Amino acid sequence: MLAKRIIPCLDIKDGVTVKGINFTGLKDVGDPVELASRYASDGADELVCLDISATLEGRKTFAAIVERIAEVVDIPFTVGGGIASVEDAGRLLLAGADKVSVNSAAVRRPELIDEIASRYGSQFIVAAIDARQYGGKWVVTTHSGTRPTDRELFSWAREVVDRGAGEILFTSMDNDGTGKGYPCKTFAALSEMLSVPVIASGGAGSVEDIAEVLTAGQADAALAASIFHYGRIGIGELKSALSSRGIPIRTAIS
Amino acid sequence: MQHTAIIDYGTGNLRSVENALKRLNAGYVVTSDAAVIRSADKVILPGVGEASSAMEKLHDAGLDEVILNLTRPVLGICIGMQLLCESSEEGDTACLGIFRTAVRRLGETFPPGSRPDNAIPYKTRLKIPEMGWNSIRCLRTGTGGTDREDRQLFNGIPDGSYVYYVHSYAPDICEDTIAITEYGRPFSAALRRGNFFGTQFHPEKSGSIGQKILANFLEL
Repeated sequence: MLAKRIIPCLDIKDGVTVKGINFTGLKDVGDPVELASRYASDGADELVCLDISATLEGRKTFAAIVERIAEVVDIPFTVGGGIASVEDAGRLLLAGADKVSVNSAAVRRPELIDEIASRYGSQFIVAAIDARQYGGKWVVTTHSGTRPTDRELFSWAREVVDRGAGEILFTSMDNDGTGKGYPCKTFAALSEMLSVPVIASGGAGSVEDIAEVLTAGQADAALAASIFHYGRIGIGELKSALSSRGIPIRTAIS
Repeated sequence: MQHTAIIDYGTGNLRSVENALKRLNAGYVVTSDAAVIRSADKVILPGVGEASSAMEKLHDAGLDEVILNLTRPVLGICIGMQLLCESSEEGDTACLGIFRTAVRRLGETFPPGSRPDNAIPYKTRLKIPEMGWNSIRCLRTGTGGTDREDRQLFNGIPDGSYVYYVHSYAPDICEDTIAITEYGRPFSAALRRGNFFGTQFHPEKSGSIGQKILANFLEL
């Protein structure tokens, strides 16, 4: 049976891993290569590394880090942050990324998804969608949730899949970094609507939250950062807790 | 030092296979040169993308005949494995025909009006591609082998181990099947005929289990 995936996310700024509450007030939580390798050996099913550097120098550092992570890590890893062209995606592929995630640039220019998918295949492209609720409606946002767009979550999700995205990574900006849990009804509706896997992100505070989004929320994978970085819960501990709830999880067989 | 040829026929990323071999301290060369491939101790045929265009690229590079005539151990990974089967539904292409099976799309596909009553309801239908970790079982040695039992691909790999998949098509079960995974239906997770091996999953991305499978291949 296909296992539900647990995916730690590393937000990398100018060469260090950071994670803050609602993307502001960032704190340095460690060397990304070391962290990636530790997560992989702890049983992470996949890794996501997001470049949140604002400078050219920071982006160069990031590419070098991607190469080093690809060398040490033997599980799939997705790279995102600032990918705005097929060339950007290609460079990261060459650096060793297994998938790229695109976000704001696809909102600005949706054809980017078609271009990357037709060049490298749908399995190579994850569409990341940040959204928050305005008056009961899920509105797609950019710039770390600060800028609402004129797009609605469900129609945008359907569009990116039609354009060739192989997975959807949905973050509720209302929940991200708060530890309040995921909006499970929204996830379930999204997962039922889409033919591709849905990764739940933004809000995990406990094992219960993650268990809920993988069952009631019908998510195929859960992505989290803070709960792992600050050692609130270990990946092994989380996975055995999920497994004991009857959720299909990859565990070591001996 | 033994050397492994990773066949480069223009289907994309070979980096993860390279990195996996580096972690095993294995000597390798990435090549599309027939002479280099023929003289290698081991050959890996990777591949991502679409089957019929991958088959075309292999043919255009003149490598289909080269591969068919290899006598040393060959490992096809994902699309690389599919190209070693008889045919693929993806782009409706004939393949090299080493493994006696056909590659078919995952999930249920019914011609209009022929959907049976017991079909999986829409709500619980399969997500395609299958992306993630699934378990392998019924591990066995395979057909046409002369190698010693303890030197096979799944030596030291427990039944039920998880491996990483990214695919929309998979080979049916056949006499060459040496491991089975289920996703909607059972399919060949790995195949073997003589010196040819193939895995539908990605050993280079399957953690320590995958690393062990690659090490087993390199030790053949």
